[in-house]
Amino acid sequence: MNIIQQYEADEIARLTAIRGVPEFIAGDTIRVSVKVVEGERTRVQAFEGVCIARSNRGLNSNFTIRKISYGEGVERVFPLYAPTIAEIAVVRRGDVRRAKLYYLRGRSGKSARIQERARSTTPVAGKGAAAPAESAAASE
Amino acid sequence: MAAPTIIQPLRTGLLAKKLGMTRIFRDDGTHVPVTVLHLDQVQVVAALTEENDGYNAVQIGWGKAKVKNVTQPMRGHYAKAKVEPKKKLVEFRVAADALLEPGTTLSAAHFSVGQKIDVCGVSIGKGFAGGMKRWNYAGLEASHGVSASHRSLGSTGNRQDPGRTFKNKKMEGHMGVDRITTLNLEVAAVDAEKGLLMIKGAVPGSKDGYVTIRDAIKRRRPVDAAYPAGIIQASIIEAAVAETPVADTPDAG
Repeated sequence: MNIIQQYEADEIARLTAIRGVPEFIAGDTIRVSVKVVEGERTRVQAFEGVCIARSNRGLNSNFTIRKISYGEGVERVFPLYAPTIAEIAVVRRGDVRRAKLYYLRGRSGKSARIQERARSTTPVAGKGAAAPAESAAASE
Repeated sequence: MAAPTIIQPLRTGLLAKKLGMTRIFRDDGTHVPVTVLHLDQVQVVAALTEENDGYNAVQIGWGKAKVKNVTQPMRGHYAKAKVEPKKKLVEFRVAADALLEPGTTLSAAHFSVGQKIDVCGVSIGKGFAGGMKRWNYAGLEASHGVSASHRSLGSTGNRQDPGRTFKNKKMEGHMGVDRITTLNLEVAAVDAEKGLLMIKGAVPGSKDGYVTIRDAIKRRRPVDAAYPAGIIQASIIEAAVAETPVADTPDAG
């Protein structure tokens, strides 16, 4: 492992110890609790929507959440390990056959639905906690 | 109008290898893109003095070269300083009282977090580049009758008078592999144990290229900066105010 890889591995260990990262893939419905600073005080704001993409690049990993807000599509990209995120919670597992669901951008209403997949949503705030073997294989 | 001139006694800079870029997540929620620079056994190889050499400077070296690849004269040079052969040598002009004893190992704690620094490296080679890439020319139009010269320079001069293209006209040619200094970069993190310096933003040169780092010439050096230098172990000094780990072998300043 070179020095940068070592640094990134240490950082991931440090940041996941503060806030775990659940196992999720594109198609899952995710609720991201974002820390928002308003002047002096901080509060937590939820952003809930479908994860339409994940980019796995170690410490630089990120994921994209899309939701429909007052009839308007909104997408937000979060760094996976950002300390500004208080919690990532999996609300629903989706059954999709693509890694990137960009096709959802052109759709709305009925055609933008995603089937629910029978996978557990429980191992949430754990540190990539143990999941049934079948779903672990599916999410890799 | 001129910026205030800052006259501070020069201290040595550092020599490092650029490892690449990553990011730092800070506890306040911000994240900083950083370039990681590595200091591997950065030692003083020679001290050049006014009497002997006409100017004061320290020569510092990076890493460890295989002895079989080092020429006989250079082996003698390293032996004189009692240091192992180095992969790369550079010289820094310093003030007379900032000269360092050969063999001194320099620490990344030479610089402090938040300090402004200048980083100098050799830029990535671009080969033979056209005027648009090399000098940011706009090129010619994409249509309106332009034929086969969409990326050309345009005019390079006048007519019969002067009848020639002036010297230094910006034209196509070799680009990159130049010595580039980026001023006023910020130190984002220092890891003296591992010999790592993390610099906010990009630094000239390719990965595995050598860069030199010095105190920013256009900013005031922080008052708590280790004055002759940030040194690892075996050292001095009354001036070792900084977070340098200090042992107590007497050594010249």
